[in-house]
Amino acid sequence: MGDNPSRSENATAGDLGVTGRHARGAGTGVSPRSYEEPPFGGGGALPKKTRFGMEAGFKGLSVAAGAMVLVIIVAIAVFLISKAVPAINADTENFLTYKSWFPNDTEPKFGIAVLAFGTVLTSIIALLVAVPIALGIALFLSHYAPKRLATPLGFVIDLLAAVPSVVFGLWGRDVFLEPVRNFSLWLNEYFSWIPIFGGDGPFGRSVLLGSLVLAIMVLPIVTSLSREVFMQTPGMNEEAALALGATKWEMVRTAVLPYGKPGVIAAVMLGLGRALGETIALALTLGVVFNISFNIIENGGNSIAANIANSFGEANETGRGALIASGLVLFAITLVVNMAARAIIYRRREFRDSAA
Amino acid sequence: MSLLERESAGVVMTPDNIRSQKLHPGLNIGIAVAALVVGMAVAYGFGIGNYVLGVVLGVVFYLVGLQIVAGRIEGRRAARDRMWKTLIYAACVLAILPLASVVWTLISKGVGRLDGDFFGSSMNNIGARDPDGGAYHAIIGTLEQVGIATLMAVPLGVLGAIYLVEYGRGKFATTVRFFVDVMTGIPSIVAGLFILSFWVLIVSPWFNNGTPRFSGFAASLALTVLMLPTIVRSTEEMLRLVPGPLREGAYALGVPQWKTILKVVVPTALPGIVTGVMLAVARAAGETAPVLLVAGGAAAINFDPFAGGQQSLSLFVYQQAGDASRYAPARAWTAALTLVAIVLVLTVAAKLLARRNSLSK
Amino acid sequence: MKLQRSGYLAAGIALTATLALAACGSDNESPEGGSDASAASGNCVAGSLTAQGSSAQKNAMDEWIKTYQGQCADAKIDYQGTASGAGIQAFIAGTADFAGSDSALKEEEQPQADAKCPGGAALNLPMVVGPIAVVYNAEGVENLQLDAPTLAKIFDSQITKWNDPAIAAQNSGAKLPDSPITAVHRSDESGTTDNFTKYLSKAAEAEWKYDHAKAWKAKGGTGAAKSDGVATAVKSTPGAISYVELSYAENQDLQKAKIKNGAGEYTELTGESAGKGIEGAKIEGTGNDLKLSIDYTAKTAGAYPIVLTTYEIVCSKGSPKAKELKAFFTYTSSTGGQTALNDLGYAPLPETIRGKVETAVASIS
Repeated sequence: MGDNPSRSENATAGDLGVTGRHARGAGTGVSPRSYEEPPFGGGGALPKKTRFGMEAGFKGLSVAAGAMVLVIIVAIAVFLISKAVPAINADTENFLTYKSWFPNDTEPKFGIAVLAFGTVLTSIIALLVAVPIALGIALFLSHYAPKRLATPLGFVIDLLAAVPSVVFGLWGRDVFLEPVRNFSLWLNEYFSWIPIFGGDGPFGRSVLLGSLVLAIMVLPIVTSLSREVFMQTPGMNEEAALALGATKWEMVRTAVLPYGKPGVIAAVMLGLGRALGETIALALTLGVVFNISFNIIENGGNSIAANIANSFGEANETGRGALIASGLVLFAITLVVNMAARAIIYRRREFRDSAA
Repeated sequence: MSLLERESAGVVMTPDNIRSQKLHPGLNIGIAVAALVVGMAVAYGFGIGNYVLGVVLGVVFYLVGLQIVAGRIEGRRAARDRMWKTLIYAACVLAILPLASVVWTLISKGVGRLDGDFFGSSMNNIGARDPDGGAYHAIIGTLEQVGIATLMAVPLGVLGAIYLVEYGRGKFATTVRFFVDVMTGIPSIVAGLFILSFWVLIVSPWFNNGTPRFSGFAASLALTVLMLPTIVRSTEEMLRLVPGPLREGAYALGVPQWKTILKVVVPTALPGIVTGVMLAVARAAGETAPVLLVAGGAAAINFDPFAGGQQSLSLFVYQQAGDASRYAPARAWTAALTLVAIVLVLTVAAKLLARRNSLSK
Repeated sequence: MKLQRSGYLAAGIALTATLALAACGSDNESPEGGSDASAASGNCVAGSLTAQGSSAQKNAMDEWIKTYQGQCADAKIDYQGTASGAGIQAFIAGTADFAGSDSALKEEEQPQADAKCPGGAALNLPMVVGPIAVVYNAEGVENLQLDAPTLAKIFDSQITKWNDPAIAAQNSGAKLPDSPITAVHRSDESGTTDNFTKYLSKAAEAEWKYDHAKAWKAKGGTGAAKSDGVATAVKSTPGAISYVELSYAENQDLQKAKIKNGAGEYTELTGESAGKGIEGAKIEGTGNDLKLSIDYTAKTAGAYPIVLTTYEIVCSKGSPKAKELKAFFTYTSSTGGQTALNDLGYAPLPETIRGKVETAVASIS
């Protein structure tokens, strides 16, 4: 979650207020004594030598903060790799393809295949469910709902993004399990000829439950980001479409959706990033079983993060190393997703700048 | 706009779309009722499902029926418009159902233990047979740990973002940016492990006669690691949105760069930064695994974040949810309700604060 | 500035709220349930202990801590039920003063743990006996009776129907449904699985081809995470059978099977029968190290055979908290400490073993 390049309409248009605030010059904790009114005319307007002290100081501070971030991350990376490598070396099976997780045996055997598969599967199903609905709500909030309804509803959606995941996990395990099990039984009764709905039970704590809970968690994020993007559609484009006789939906399809497409893709990628890394909610709802299966309604399912949370307790030295190695794989997956999202956000910005 | 040129081919003026005949609202409702009845009849008549299937089939039949009837009266394009509108409204209802269920469950299951005892006592001296016990120690722990983590992560994160946006050029900035991206992917338990090996096992013995010990502060460090990338990235996005002319205007007035940043750029982006920080705080407050690893958890009240194990609310929820006492689930739900309440109050407060200071509205 | 004013306001409110909260917190200092007043008196050492480990003994620890702290005002003990492995890791790292574990230290862990005890060694002290219930959910079947070979075949997917002749032979008169059996096992590693498979590997040597381990190795069946996950899975799945610690079985009101013991009787799981189950246990460790080896086929009448012993792992010498450890464990290994657990789903240690634990605790320095 985290990044919301969304509150942009608040942030961008700040011209008038800034001047006022600037003139009053307070609120930053920097001593006003160091500030002299720029003298009139000529070269005097250039910063004086004395101010270079503050300038260099502040710059140094921010560079130090940037470097600090780098130091922390490099320290973590070094630490993780130093723990993961011995564990992978001790692995008597192929780390990438082996389909079980017994790192605590005297001859450790473990592989990432099942976990990586489960992580990707649950996240993708979650997005398949969440994205169409999230886009529907985003369009509703930006173009269909009356403003009196849209503003509070948007606020509520933003709040839901802040609900801690352990709460969703608990709800999924104690409440949502029952309807999902009934639904699974129904699917199994009538659609068992489709492999993903086959099997003969038990049902319930399945990939379906985990994915749906994830979908509910991802929904507010994708919604609020997409809504921001849709609201930024230039009014000119919308009016032009309407003036050409387009119905409202045609206007949305021809003006709003193409304009927002890169932003929506970025929002989806960010949602995917959260889904991939989600720990506690999945640890509480998935069956945590080691096998690769496309059956989504039978008890089962697993993910890297949920496995770390579940297996950590009984892990020994090698076991912890193995879990860290799986964490590194999660890193790699998340990194690819994040970088893709970032690339798209940048492209979108250029797109918008040129459009505006 | 090339996009309008491209799409305008599909929008052809015909007498059909200027026609102003409208579907009568009564007819609309009629179709809805009929569709629902047919859906229920199919579901129960063939015995293939209960009312849920009936409603789902009803919606499908309604969409089909609407498409046919409206298509005849209003024309094909208007009918499609209606269909999409219905779908969008349906999406809204569909999403609100589970979210409402979450809220309802939280409240209905959470009020069970919503008493003075819960907020006034800890789990110290509470055995499996005791129905009371509370989360006081966990609330204290969450407030202290998240508070300290925020104090550390916000200045560092905001300054880091300022570096990336205002000063960062070249390889070093690219490296920092790349690693911030890497950092967003750290599973929380891995951050906990890092702090465990680094702080608890290596640094803390210096302060404690050579024996390592858990502390709430260690949990704050782990939470800082988790909050930092979120804050850096959201702040960076917000700072980038500050228009260049604002900065140039300040420079033109002879304001030095550091002052421009502190008094023009940051205040302009403040509402967005606050929102990003709040999301980071909410995430940190919901973290379970790192707290367990480095703060150790505790059953008794511990005010001192620098010495001894401390509990946190989310950890408390997780532990009580899997506990072998029949009174534990009630405690878990009330603690979850408390946690959500704390996070929501913080979020709403921050949003209102940001809105009041919003420079655009 | 507005921002600052409202910022101060918010900070002020937060501070006041914190102070108000701070004023009214209580640590439940005088527990009502602290029966058995004589248990710990005269045996108090002021100081604090931090420990973690097996969740199987969490309820027992909570009860002991409650009584002990009730007697000794200045003592502070914290036990977190993380998991046996985490407890041992914490003990090795030095963050736990003692660890609770469902199995004794492994050979490769012993030297690492010994390193924490300068001049001594890490001891395995059996302290609680926790019975493992075989729970099932089969309609119309009450008082299910099973023996070890049948259990082994069920959990290895060789017996897949409730009305299998092997089950029917042991339950004459019972109406067994013609429905499939769902064997549920723990999908995460656990001491419960370790002890259950230990039982199968000893009592059904011919049928159970897998050794014992914390991870589930047999084929088939379905997994569920954590004890509460297993209990809910059995509760909600018709035809399910699984194994879980007694307290979880009781919380969910699950039906428990009677298990055939070495004497040939089908025994119901009670505190008493579980206590008898451990009576024939032999001590494997040397000196004060009381690693137990349970004889699952012992011919003790009335014994319930599937039990797990949970150990406390402590330093025999050299722990900076030796005095506190000694005082606390003197209480837990006393008769009073053992009987305090009676209706919590645990069984007391047999007198012979309890005596040895007491001697071992007395030697801690």
